[in-house]
Amino acid sequence: MSLMSEMGQKAFNLGVPIAVHIDVTYRCNERCVHCYLDHDDHGEMTTAEIKGVLDQLAEAGVFYLTFSGGEVFMRRDFFELVEYARRLMFNVKIKTNAVMIHEAEARRIRELDVDTIQISVYSHRPEVHDAITKLPHSLERTIKAIRFLREQGLRVTIANVLMTVNSSDHLGVQKLAAELGVHYTLDPTITPMMDGDTSVLALRIPGEELPEVFRNPALVASQEEFCAPPKPPSEEDLEGYSCSAGHSFCYISPYGDVFPCVQFPLPTGNIRQQKFLDIWNSSPEMKEVRSIQAKDLTVCSSCTHVTTCTRCPGLAYVEGSMRGPSTADCEKSFYRTGVPTANMIRQGLSKPRSTSGNSAHLIQIRPIAVPA
Amino acid sequence: MPENCIYIARSSAIAARALAGEMMVMNSADSTFFTLNEVATAIFQAADGHTPLREIVRDKVCEQFDVDPVQAQADAELFVTELSSHGVLLVSSQPLSLEAKREANQDTNRDTNEEAP
Repeated sequence: MSLMSEMGQKAFNLGVPIAVHIDVTYRCNERCVHCYLDHDDHGEMTTAEIKGVLDQLAEAGVFYLTFSGGEVFMRRDFFELVEYARRLMFNVKIKTNAVMIHEAEARRIRELDVDTIQISVYSHRPEVHDAITKLPHSLERTIKAIRFLREQGLRVTIANVLMTVNSSDHLGVQKLAAELGVHYTLDPTITPMMDGDTSVLALRIPGEELPEVFRNPALVASQEEFCAPPKPPSEEDLEGYSCSAGHSFCYISPYGDVFPCVQFPLPTGNIRQQKFLDIWNSSPEMKEVRSIQAKDLTVCSSCTHVTTCTRCPGLAYVEGSMRGPSTADCEKSFYRTGVPTANMIRQGLSKPRSTSGNSAHLIQIRPIAVPA
Repeated sequence: MPENCIYIARSSAIAARALAGEMMVMNSADSTFFTLNEVATAIFQAADGHTPLREIVRDKVCEQFDVDPVQAQADAELFVTELSSHGVLLVSSQPLSLEAKREANQDTNRDTNEEAP
């Protein structure tokens, strides 16, 4: 275990929020077809409010801070916020589409010693990327920005969301990343929209196409290990927890709402009304999320995949229960190993039912009204 | 450099946070990650650029931990040398002003970028 992982585990065990993702705005200059956000501004936090939040996060022990959105550069005070965060000695990561980054912005990011800039690229082909972002010339501008950032010696990661409309382009994006000298990550997860609309799930790539991704040697170091049938869980495994959401990680919306994770729309409190640490330590919802062990999962505790599955408790919550299965992850486990999941067996399925366009009950992430 | 002339300052290029008595430190230039024990953390936190290292060792180490002063000074100098080689601490024979710290950081970043493949 690396030193960094060791400290992450220590934070998890102690319940210290070592990493926080904060969306500073939901406004965006792109209109991506798969985006789950409502881009209107319903009263996002002011500069002073966000600085106050950052003070509280530093005090709470947060080390890794991700600024995201919406598009972070839609905020005119964005650099002021990053500068403030760096003065508080956070390790800062920025998620952006980069179309507003020119030479001067790249230089400023370098001066602020930002750790990593993660940039969304959907295709190496402008006609595909721009059709997804609905912003003409967006790929051209994004690539130009990546070059500016690289010229400054910054670490850049291309994040490639995989969906039906770009499923054949991931190798091209990987090649582009290599040419630009940046890291590459691929994610086939499509999240339902915040207003409860699940139509975007139709963009999820069919499960039958996942094996091609899982068996791509450029993406998976050891296919034999990665795709191996799971071993039966031990007693110790069943005492374990799903992921870091609510344990050592949380998400803060532009309206100050605190959630266990970006993909876990369970409101736990609002930072405009309560101190961050009060929400983190005392919110009944946070405590409930934190209490769930593998043995408590209604279906998954009896699943052979329970220790290796990437089950997302947030997606499970969106499907109806934070203790239930996350069908999209059941699908991944099945297509990765060929072994049916307990969720499939329960439903008498020999292969997963498509998760596209299901009508799961959703809870929206909305700003909480603040008394004047 | 005589040890009574050493001034140390934390680089502005780093990220740092205390976790359960240890200080996590990461240099964004090369992603090197360190953890500092309690004594090293005391020195790191006192590295303000204008307090001599000798004073830091006397007030923050010898007064708070049961250590031999000579050994503590020698260990502190080794620690400072190591962290400065990673760009985490800036070392000078003169007190470091904010401006000087900024310039030193820029030099460190330039060096790091030039070394990058």
